Amino acid sequence: MGKPTRVTNQIRALRFAAGEMTQAELADRLGVTRQTIIAVEQGKYSPSLEMAFQIARVFGVPLDGVFGYPEDGR
Amino acid sequence: MPFEEKMTWVSGVVTMIVPVVYFAIMIGRLQGTPATDIHFQTPLIVAIVASVVLTIVGAIVISIGTSITATIHGRKPEDEIDRKDERDKTISRRGDLIGYYVASAGMVGVLILTMLEADYFWIANALYLSFVVAMAVSSAVKLVAYHRGF
Repeated sequence: MGKPTRVTNQIRALRFAAGEMTQAELADRLGVTRQTIIAVEQGKYSPSLEMAFQIARVFGVPLDGVFGYPEDGR
Repeated sequence: MPFEEKMTWVSGVVTMIVPVVYFAIMIGRLQGTPATDIHFQTPLIVAIVASVVLTIVGAIVISIGTSITATIHGRKPEDEIDRKDERDKTISRRGDLIGYYVASAGMVGVLILTMLEADYFWIANALYLSFVVAMAVSSAVKLVAYHRGF
């Protein structure tokens, strides 16, 4: 089954770059469940714009440093 | 598994088990007995009360289990139980909306039964079945959304 969303993300790479931050730590900082972080990382859930900004702020990068949206058909 | 998903499982399982038992009893009573002579009121009330009580008991058991698991893993139990995020809310809304559509369709059926002046037995049971199916579909939609994403 294909991924439900076309939004891509670099959260996994950013977590490891941020001192191997765990999914639970990121979840705690955002006030969400660990399962939501897993779903976002796996492309099973597109977070709200607000949560997307919060994630980017945790890693200290701009929004498009975390999320991407590929061109049509890719 | 998020606490909200566990609660959806409890609700879904209770929603399936209690009505299956209730309808099995009713189908048994329908064998050779006219619907007008079947006393369905008490079993129906028992089924509804049982669903509520079992859901509450299930919620308590899940809460205690989640608290113990969280403590073992060095996490605050309230973080596991109270944390309902945007994904949980979106999934909940989605499931409830689909359940509402199913219940609405069922209500049309109940309305037709009343217009046809069907026996109370059929009207009451069609009403109960509508709610049960709506709840089951709602739970199923939520669980699929939790696992497959959306």
